[in-house]
Amino acid sequence: MRPPSLLSLTLDSALLRIAHIADLSHLPDHLVIDLFRVEKVLKLFLATGCEEIILAVQLLNIKQPLKMSSGIQDSEVDIVIAALQPNLNTFFEAWRPFFSRFHIIVVKDPDMAEDLKIPTGFDLKVYTKADIDGVLGASSINFSGHSCRYFGYLVSRKKYVISIDDNCLPAKDAAGSTVDAVAQHMTNLKTPATPFFFNTLYDPYRKGADFVRGYPFSLREGVECMLSCGLWLHNADYDPMTHVVKRNQRNTTYVDAVMTVPLGAMMPVSGINVAFNREVLGPVMFPGLRLRNEGKHRWDTLEDIWNGLCAKVVCDSLGYGMKTGLPYVMRSDAEAGKALESLKEWEGVKVMDDVLPFFQSLKLSRTAVTVEDCVKELASIVREKLGPKNAVFTKAADAMVEWNNLWKSHGAHHA
Amino acid sequence: MAGTVTVPGASVPSTPLLKDELDIVIPTIRNLDFLEMWRPFFQPYHLIIVQDGDPTKTIKVPEGFDYELYNRNDINRILGPKASCISFKDSACRCFGYMVSKKKYIYTIDDDCFVAKDPTGKDINALEQHIKNLLSPSTPFFFNTLYDPYREGADFVRGYPFSLREGAHTAVSHGLWLNIPDYDAPTQLVKPKERNERYVDAVMTIPKGTLFPMCGMNLAFDRDLIGPAMYFGLMGDGQPIGRYDDMWAGWCVKVICDHLSLGVKTGLPYIWHSKASNPFVNLKKEYKGIFWQEDIIPFFQNVTIPKECDTVQKCYIYLSGQVKEKLGKIDPYFTKLADAMVTWIEAWDELNPTAAATENGKAK
Repeated sequence: MRPPSLLSLTLDSALLRIAHIADLSHLPDHLVIDLFRVEKVLKLFLATGCEEIILAVQLLNIKQPLKMSSGIQDSEVDIVIAALQPNLNTFFEAWRPFFSRFHIIVVKDPDMAEDLKIPTGFDLKVYTKADIDGVLGASSINFSGHSCRYFGYLVSRKKYVISIDDNCLPAKDAAGSTVDAVAQHMTNLKTPATPFFFNTLYDPYRKGADFVRGYPFSLREGVECMLSCGLWLHNADYDPMTHVVKRNQRNTTYVDAVMTVPLGAMMPVSGINVAFNREVLGPVMFPGLRLRNEGKHRWDTLEDIWNGLCAKVVCDSLGYGMKTGLPYVMRSDAEAGKALESLKEWEGVKVMDDVLPFFQSLKLSRTAVTVEDCVKELASIVREKLGPKNAVFTKAADAMVEWNNLWKSHGAHHA
Repeated sequence: MAGTVTVPGASVPSTPLLKDELDIVIPTIRNLDFLEMWRPFFQPYHLIIVQDGDPTKTIKVPEGFDYELYNRNDINRILGPKASCISFKDSACRCFGYMVSKKKYIYTIDDDCFVAKDPTGKDINALEQHIKNLLSPSTPFFFNTLYDPYREGADFVRGYPFSLREGAHTAVSHGLWLNIPDYDAPTQLVKPKERNERYVDAVMTIPKGTLFPMCGMNLAFDRDLIGPAMYFGLMGDGQPIGRYDDMWAGWCVKVICDHLSLGVKTGLPYIWHSKASNPFVNLKKEYKGIFWQEDIIPFFQNVTIPKECDTVQKCYIYLSGQVKEKLGKIDPYFTKLADAMVTWIEAWDELNPTAAATENGKAK
């Protein structure tokens, strides 16, 4: 136990007596201001609800403490699993210690004929093609393959969603303990993100870390984290070219860090292991970009990459944060030979080279103050600037608009 | 190839020693005993020791090291009136070492930094890792979620544009510290016992457009690409501020690297930082800096270097003008600093005259 500092002892003793101090007017102004800058004291004064104090705090431009959630309740979380294979017994048994507390949504790939095998003992609901068609009727959005989990996002009624691919199992950390990916995602979402300045010791809110020397104090408050992007051990998320060329390479490096993706920086968000604040970000978590010959392997898709880029632009514009790093999941091998097949059809190379410069130069207007507004604006810019390059982008813009509508009618509810 | 370490039977390509292309710059006021621990890794290299403080004191260098040593008298003699830009009674004086070096690469380390151990218990050759970092490209234009894609066992992830996979030239390799973390004085006061025990096994590129706090304790850079921007400012004796030398250099360096499409990496290697400085002394030194950085950061975030500035020197001179114009109103110190920045470039060019001087820092 570390001994309390002089400063904290002084504050604690002053706070004990604060109720007896009826009048602070004898204190010189600069001391009162300094007092207000101490979060503990500020919270106390604000809690009185006294108009004069609140006004004074605003006039002095003192930053009010970030309302950090005391924790994420289990009842606020949905786990959404896209079933692209019928037998989910191994998957759910392996994840049982970490999933069993939560409500689970399983969305079956509408193209899959076989029945799902899921073990009992979970609070779990399965959605199939019939449900998708039933709820949405005729929708221009194609929910087949990896895109089916977005339907799960739509029908979820929880504030947070965690989604993991069905070929991933819990990983072990460097010490050999099994990683609770769900708990780590929840921690990432409930602690602030720090996008305005890079902290060289990574996440300053982790135990044993902090902001380093040179990190401006006014930027230490952070912003709310909306998206948590996890990683994968063993079979890493590579494009088909890399799968073919490095068929024997496996990711064995456990990087013990979470970090915020800085403001303005773009990154490829992999849908294999993600979590997000559905209540806020839902309208931008869509299956927009669909490659012409999209298959069932992750390397056949870019929907999550596109989704992530849109989400990042929106987060940057609205002052939200995105984190990357822990947790890891253990991703099982896919048949390497299949990558070679996919390679022939893969238009991902062309698409990404068009996509990135577009996102890097993108600036949403100041009048777009909600996620929905941002998505609307984004869709029209995509249609105008990228549409002419490739029809796949025009379709993406359509899907984004369609999703916005679907969200309004089916998604925008919460428990 | 001369100077390459080869391990028989190893399938991993070995890292070149670069012993004739790299100088190790060490600022010191006390002694260099710490070099004994580094001997297995540092002995092949030439050292440039910059002795701060009392020039009449003799700094003992352990046997067997090839070095040149400069004290304040030497600095005054070599630079003449331009010596005013080199700080006195502050480790910021180390940048004099960068200026007099004739090598392509610099590694600088503090004299209270020792060899750390990785999680397997093996001694970390920090210099070798810095060389690996500098010799492989950076990826500033798009963040790779598996961090440095050029590391053994890693690669670019799905969705990483192919047109960007060649990367950018790496100008800076910023290493980290186990044990005593690099905290500012207020944090030290609140958390005096905190130790950094987390070994994060990653190197990554800091994205273009993002500023970071550059710590000079364990730092390597390509002198040809970015050297003139590594001025550590006016600190210490006679100055209103201390412990912001490396920070100042880092902000200037990052803005210029972003402009010239050069990369800055951070992460491995770790060194073991042994000495915790006195937080009350630090608070006195940092006090002004803590308030000033609230204005300095927006300044660096918003500065735009004109296209015509295509060398590091031109970028730096432009920055100095902006510092005088925009930060001069905060405190006269910044006007002095801006002038010192110009003096630094003049001294740099004087000591480093080459026909290819205009090629410095140009992105290839």
